[in-house]
Amino acid sequence: MTTKTIERVDQIPTERTPATRLRSRHLLGIAGLDADEITLILDTTVAMKEIGGRAIKKVPTLRGRTVVNLFFEPSTRTRTSFEIAEKRLSADTLSIATATSSVTKGETLIDTVQNIEAMSPDMIVMRHASSGAPELLARVCQSTIINAGDGMHEHPTQALLDAFTIREHKGRLAGLKVAIVGDLMHSRVLRSNVLLLKTMGADVWACGPATLMPKGIERFGARPTTSIDEAVEGADVVMLLRIQHERMHGHFIPSVREYFTLFGMTEERVRRAKSDVIVMHPGPMNRGVEIDSEVADGPYSVILEQVSNGVAVRMAVLYLLAGREEESLSA
Amino acid sequence: MKLLLKNGRVVDPANGRDGEFDVLVEDGIVARIDKNLPAEGAEVFEVQPGWLVVPGLIDAHVHLREPGQEHKETVATGVRSAVAGGFTAVACMPNTDPVNDHAGITQFILKKAAEAKLSRVYPIGAVSLGSKGDQLAELGEQKAAGCIAFTDDGRPVATALLMRRALEYAGMLGVPIIDHCEDPSLKGDGVAHEGYHASALGLRGIPGMAESLMVERDVSLAELTNGHVHIAHMSARQSLRAVRAGKERGVQVTCEVAPHHFTLTDEALEAPIKYDTNLKMNPPLREAADRDAMIDGIADGSVDLIATDHAPHHADEKVLEFDRAPFGIVGLETAVPLVCDKLLHTGKITVKRMIELLTVNPARIFKLQGGSLSVGAPADITILAPDLQTTVKTAALLSKSKNSPFDGWELRGGVAATIIDGRVVYTNPVFAGQSR
Repeated sequence: MTTKTIERVDQIPTERTPATRLRSRHLLGIAGLDADEITLILDTTVAMKEIGGRAIKKVPTLRGRTVVNLFFEPSTRTRTSFEIAEKRLSADTLSIATATSSVTKGETLIDTVQNIEAMSPDMIVMRHASSGAPELLARVCQSTIINAGDGMHEHPTQALLDAFTIREHKGRLAGLKVAIVGDLMHSRVLRSNVLLLKTMGADVWACGPATLMPKGIERFGARPTTSIDEAVEGADVVMLLRIQHERMHGHFIPSVREYFTLFGMTEERVRRAKSDVIVMHPGPMNRGVEIDSEVADGPYSVILEQVSNGVAVRMAVLYLLAGREEESLSA
Repeated sequence: MKLLLKNGRVVDPANGRDGEFDVLVEDGIVARIDKNLPAEGAEVFEVQPGWLVVPGLIDAHVHLREPGQEHKETVATGVRSAVAGGFTAVACMPNTDPVNDHAGITQFILKKAAEAKLSRVYPIGAVSLGSKGDQLAELGEQKAAGCIAFTDDGRPVATALLMRRALEYAGMLGVPIIDHCEDPSLKGDGVAHEGYHASALGLRGIPGMAESLMVERDVSLAELTNGHVHIAHMSARQSLRAVRAGKERGVQVTCEVAPHHFTLTDEALEAPIKYDTNLKMNPPLREAADRDAMIDGIADGSVDLIATDHAPHHADEKVLEFDRAPFGIVGLETAVPLVCDKLLHTGKITVKRMIELLTVNPARIFKLQGGSLSVGAPADITILAPDLQTTVKTAALLSKSKNSPFDGWELRGGVAATIIDGRVVYTNPVFAGQSR
């Protein structure tokens, strides 16, 4: 056994310029980031993506750091993505899912996390069904908190990986017309994406049934519309959001069949967008509900690229939050 | 035993009195109110310049949590908090465990109140057994045991039919039905006011119309039955519109507003503490237009009284994810500072109107003793210090629970002393040893 000498993230010197360092030691949402910080993460992602292309996909950047993935909600993609990112950075990592945690025994979130903290992790990546749960943790925890999706609030790494993917294809974010279509009300992906894209100067349209339109969405900076044609017309990016089948229970939509008729992304509808449009989906997809298979598997679909880029973006976030010097990356 | 309140500005709207008077209390009864009364044989309470001697304040809507939830509050700790807030009487809601739907529980609460010997406690009984909305509780026996009104508070009176019958039956007994107005299907699993801030925070919304829809039902049923409905903790501007319309056509409808609803808006959910569960209450903090409407209604008389909806919760229950934390905040000890600071000193209401809202009207509407300083009546008196600079310290609250969003707030206004049956039961510690 080695003596524990892990330096705390919050004790790392902060005398660096904003362009090379994140101001907060947590990533709770896009809401706390400015354009420089977003650019920093996206630029760092480029280097991280290169690592993923090597034969030996591992750097020692986070060696000796412990990262706990705390998933209170089912997730395959995001949890796997974080785990791979952590392992590629050589962090010691473990994942806890609700089914195996104490939460089911009636323990509170704070008690659960404080017990984990007693074992001195450096970072906690959390997915939780309650909006604001990461803020609650950040107030009481010593560890760096990374929000892997909280309720209907934010999913910052998803928005970052979406932005990275868009930037790879378009070379920029400013001035692009991005149409986000689907269950706007219940989507944390929507909120994080609108915040990020507006900060970076994109023209964001939010399209979905009136029943799923969040109140005050125009104050987020998105242009609301219930017309799929208007949303997609001339778009550089079409981003689809998942329609959950249980939405029929709250009388939000009559049927997934009708949803597809009115809002489903078909080849015909995609043709209204720019010829070089890219089509995105944060997954998991409901083929034949929000997206036609022809589109999902079509030439403009970047859905699997998003997943690949997710690993690199999460590596960048972990790296920047750990505050390591650039040189350790090139070791 | 005599107590002389010397040199105060006595404000007693019910008797048309507002001026500098001495008040002599003998054996717990108001004996004389006049200028320059002799201090002979009496303990003298020197009322300081600027203070107000007013009829004991009455809070028509508190949760004392006993029986069943004594970890949040008990009758004894609740009335301790009440007197510290200047309230000589409180009316307690029936959503205890078990629900107060039976005379035995009313008697139990009254026994606890008699033991505590602080504020008077007026139990409010459940409209339906278990507040489940199925079967009318024994309102007649409950009234005989001491209930002053009936409600299924915590939830609305479930159906129009039950509300109709309750209004008819309570009308026969001469007491009002208090309703917690919300349409359950529109409220859904909402936790915050439906609007931009709830959307931005990813919280499920409750529209103001969820409240006003039920207010409109109740006003219509009060009209149908000629009964008296009192709207609890009104928060939405559309509800105020419905109440005003009802009053204009002569319906017996009255209403109350809680201090947090004329002070805060849903914007507070975003800062300074994001997702502060001490800002989670039902009805939720609404938008500025609603808050301003509540103030207008308070100023113009459409709102009959201010009641705190004092809802203690244990700290453990509030340190949770926002959507899992219970609704409600404590209010007894912050009510007077908020009323003075946000309504009186802003010029929205006069001193007279303030006293009407805090004691005259609750006494009249619920047919309680008090609300006036009449010679021969029990000496329940509150001495207010409207210019006192108060810093709210939730840790120092006398309530068993500290779930208040006003920690650290600097407010102008406070309570100097509380007198019940001629006994000084509370003196503000900042004046201790100075005024007596």
